Amino acid sequence: MANTGSPCNAQPTPPIISDDKSHGQPLWLLAELTYKCPLQCPYCSNPLDFSDFGGELTTQQWLDVFQQGRDLGAVQLGFSGGEPLVRQDLIQLIGGAHEMGYYTNLITSGVGLNEHKMAEFQQAGLDHIQVSFQASDESVNSMLSGSKKAFEQKLKMAKEVKAQGYPMVLNFVTHRHNIDRIDRIIELCVELDADYVELATCQYYGWAYENVEQLLPTRAQLERAERITNEYRAKLAAEGNPIKLIFVTPDYYEERPKGCMNGWGQVFLTVTPDGKALPCHSARMLPIEFPNVTEVSLQEIWDTSPGFNHFRGNAWMKEPCRSCDEKDKDFGGCHCQAFMLTGDMYNADPVCAKSEHHHLIEEARERAEAVVNNPDEFTFRNERNSKVFAKS
Amino acid sequence: MSDIEITAASVPVLNKMFRFQWEKAQNCFVLLYPEGMIQLNGPAGEILGLVDGERSVAAITSELEAKFPDAGDLSGDIIEFLGEAHGQHWITL
Repeated sequence: MANTGSPCNAQPTPPIISDDKSHGQPLWLLAELTYKCPLQCPYCSNPLDFSDFGGELTTQQWLDVFQQGRDLGAVQLGFSGGEPLVRQDLIQLIGGAHEMGYYTNLITSGVGLNEHKMAEFQQAGLDHIQVSFQASDESVNSMLSGSKKAFEQKLKMAKEVKAQGYPMVLNFVTHRHNIDRIDRIIELCVELDADYVELATCQYYGWAYENVEQLLPTRAQLERAERITNEYRAKLAAEGNPIKLIFVTPDYYEERPKGCMNGWGQVFLTVTPDGKALPCHSARMLPIEFPNVTEVSLQEIWDTSPGFNHFRGNAWMKEPCRSCDEKDKDFGGCHCQAFMLTGDMYNADPVCAKSEHHHLIEEARERAEAVVNNPDEFTFRNERNSKVFAKS
Repeated sequence: MSDIEITAASVPVLNKMFRFQWEKAQNCFVLLYPEGMIQLNGPAGEILGLVDGERSVAAITSELEAKFPDAGDLSGDIIEFLGEAHGQHWITL
């Protein structure tokens, strides 16, 4: 779209700034089926005020969204939440999505799963199960999930996933309380015969941002964990083990921001339990009006809605992004992070060393050196705590 | 990438981690795996489309040579591609 200028802005736009709203296909459709969850992980990416959004789409509404997504080119479908197993119609949703040609991913804590359900899901066409773990041993896992039985259940379910022939991704969210046991975490994943392992340090959104002081590891912890992961990679490859270890560093230790979601509204589309369509799981927090799939077609949402067009192109940028020669690489970073830390979503992501707000990140790193681990300080993700953040 | 020897008698099998399908939106064959997608070029799609755990490399080669008579001898290209596919863990032998 050409920039035609406006009466209140006579400045000609430099040609390097693009108002091009072009975009790819929503290859990844993430269906957050419910905000209900039996666990209370203090780094949950759900919104703090999730208890404000009680409604859930019906089976038919979800299937309709899946078909519209497929027609737009979506190929990967994630069933997420909350805990997607809470939805009693999950098997119908899996079956419907499979028939449409999706590769279907169940992203679960494993709590509420059993071998019968797993076999039924496979028959319905489920392609893959990702089990998330909080830690490699029961005590830390229980402390973080708020459930004593969860760890044993997760181990059992991970073994069953493999026994039934599913590919398995294990997801370990790492932070200052468990990252020093990375060797044990990797060994557990090898024992469980995982195909992919995501050693993902917390990303500080939602509940994790609320708990950042008790979660953010020190630089030394992080460097040690990465070194050990690299040692295991070399060792496992030499043994001919095809397991893939994916190590995700927290961007708080970077000097340049991540190219968040591969660009706003470029490949990824999330639908929340109550039908909000978002370009990423966190975007609900931003002061932007996002459309609801019960009111607007997915095609209109993806192609023309103001919400999805908001950060497409780079005409929205301020300095230092505007004149930065890396702007097409990182797109200014994460708008949610800019909003949370600086109060202005149009600012550069403060992870960037060029940002005037970068000191906020440096201060968080310094605090990580001083903090004493104390699980009692966690704000756990549950209905009661959510009401504190809720507006109604 | 691959240290295994592939011969005309080898029978490749798609690793069950991957699903092979035609994607209209991409206008190509793809391999789907947990949370990811590999877009295949024309020849790769034609070859993997015949990998079914029953056809040998010789059978795949003769079918493709019959389908593309102008392409000449394809055996070298097919074995080379299958070696790469094996190195990527897309197939087992």
